[in-house]
Amino acid sequence: MASSEVGSTAVNTGPPMPGRPTAVLVQGLVKRYGSLEAVRGIDFQVAGGEIFGFLGPNGAGKSTTINILCTLAQPTAGSAEVAGYDVVGARESVRRNIGLVFQDPTLDSYLTAEQNLRFHAELYAVPKQFVDSRMRQVLEMVGLWERRTSLVSTFSGGMQRRLEIARGLLHAPKVLFLDEPTVGLDPQTRASIWEYIIDLKQREDITIFLTTHYMDEAENCDRIAIIDHGQIQAIDTPEALKASVGRDRVQISTADDDAAIAALDAQFGLDAGMHDGLVTFSVSSGEEFVPRLFAELGVPIRSVSVARPSLDDVFMSYTGRTIRDTEATGSDAMRALRQRFRGR
Amino acid sequence: MATSTSTPLGAPDEAAAIRVAVPAGGLSQDLRAISIVWRRELIRFWRDKLRMVTSLIQPILFLFVLGTGLSTLAKHGMPPGVNLRTFLYPGVLAMSALFTALFSAGSIVWDREFGFLREMLVAPVSRGSIVLGKCLGGTTVATFQGVIILILAGLAGVPYRPTLILALIGELLLLSFTLTAFGVMMAARIQQFQAFMAVTQMLVMPLFFLSGALYPLAGLPTWLTVLTRIDPLTYIVGPMRSVVFNSLNMTQAARHFLSPGVTWDGWLVPVALSLAIVAVMGAAMAFVAILEFRKND
Repeated sequence: MASSEVGSTAVNTGPPMPGRPTAVLVQGLVKRYGSLEAVRGIDFQVAGGEIFGFLGPNGAGKSTTINILCTLAQPTAGSAEVAGYDVVGARESVRRNIGLVFQDPTLDSYLTAEQNLRFHAELYAVPKQFVDSRMRQVLEMVGLWERRTSLVSTFSGGMQRRLEIARGLLHAPKVLFLDEPTVGLDPQTRASIWEYIIDLKQREDITIFLTTHYMDEAENCDRIAIIDHGQIQAIDTPEALKASVGRDRVQISTADDDAAIAALDAQFGLDAGMHDGLVTFSVSSGEEFVPRLFAELGVPIRSVSVARPSLDDVFMSYTGRTIRDTEATGSDAMRALRQRFRGR
Repeated sequence: MATSTSTPLGAPDEAAAIRVAVPAGGLSQDLRAISIVWRRELIRFWRDKLRMVTSLIQPILFLFVLGTGLSTLAKHGMPPGVNLRTFLYPGVLAMSALFTALFSAGSIVWDREFGFLREMLVAPVSRGSIVLGKCLGGTTVATFQGVIILILAGLAGVPYRPTLILALIGELLLLSFTLTAFGVMMAARIQQFQAFMAVTQMLVMPLFFLSGALYPLAGLPTWLTVLTRIDPLTYIVGPMRSVVFNSLNMTQAARHFLSPGVTWDGWLVPVALSLAIVAVMGAAMAFVAILEFRKND
């Protein structure tokens, strides 16, 4: 499989952004549940200020890893530091310095938005003189300031998720963990949640660590790690990962497709075929190749398209399957149902 | 309180983040946690007026419907001038707190099912302060529910005497704390709210019927005597009844007949010991609850 050769070189645990403090440092992390090995020895670092995405199918070990980093689970072996504190030895310090937004809602829907935040401020002992101003700041950031006195039970799923993000930020954590922040939401709401996340990075001095199984969303991360079967398959910027897959896909329509296929072989040594009714082939740098194609092919070209590899292609190349193949189809629907029940 | 800000505090609409360094733990942080968990319980209780009303129905049925209906039957057994409603009153008072305290504790299971428990358990506060806040919250709302029944005392022939009211409130607080602690201890192990309610239903009626709330604890068959002495509620209903009957005008014989107190093989358990038993049980169950919540981390 092509993945093995690229995989070994792409795992790079060195400091990704020199000069910035390390927000998360994971070394040799293993988590076993009985005979099941959910996490099989992973190493990585996240620099301060990064948006770091943990990408993988359900059951790949994403949530287990995030639970260990959030002190909610104990590692079987290896170590992890968050915001400079050991997740086992300095649990309370880790907890004070992280914000958490879970996959499933953790709001009290019988309280107002403001009461939920106030509860959080007291539990995290936010200094009293800052509570009101900070509460206003985070609520305005997610666009819920006007709705602060409404009961959470009247909020839509997207509004609840935004409120959870605001709450996770209330005590000004150094690292914000978002476990599948957009799961179960409609595409429009997902997009708006991402606007808030990106906006957040501009405003606050914060590291964002998130998990997702939506490929399109992973594009927004500064760096991503692809995790599958409890191991990190690749870790880099989305651009570099896509480049590591290599070739762009070029599709052309021509006056004579058979002649074009023959000419591609003869002129450039390219192995072309018909896909979707178009002559299709791969080259390492599509944009640079197109001018040569027009100049040298000798068959009139009607249209041309060049597609960069998507993260789907990346995932495919590192794991040998698409993320959708691996998805548990039922879980999103269940979650949506629960959301509706809660929001009644 | 130890606080620090790395940048000056700006206006709320300012783009810069307000840097809030969450201070290291300590007693004041635990107190804040206890206080907010307690306050949430009050907010939720206050907002749920329906529950407040429905939890009054059962005590009122027992006191006024059962109490009035059975009084014709009980007329010959009662000393002159004493109403069956007066006799039932302390037990019904305990009952009103019983339901509210257990329901309040059960909200932990509800919170677990709907995720909010996680928000509490991941916070940098001790499990003890969360459990204690919860117990105090349940104590407050259950006592409040009892106070509503206290307002109806006159209708049951119980005088509104300040010392009596204060003593009953004190006993209600003690009872409510112990019951909530018991509920929280159960809630630590139960995953579903329905299961919690089922267990509660199963326990509440035996506890109530064996507590002497409905009949004097003297001259009973041995098996029933033993069971009533095992029921923890007995040790709070007894003192409640004796404080009520001590404030009524009646002959010593009548008082002894209706409120014989709790005896162990003929030895009269002093009220102070009776209350101490309830208090120790409450403290022990709250302690077990804290251990349980620490354990299932």
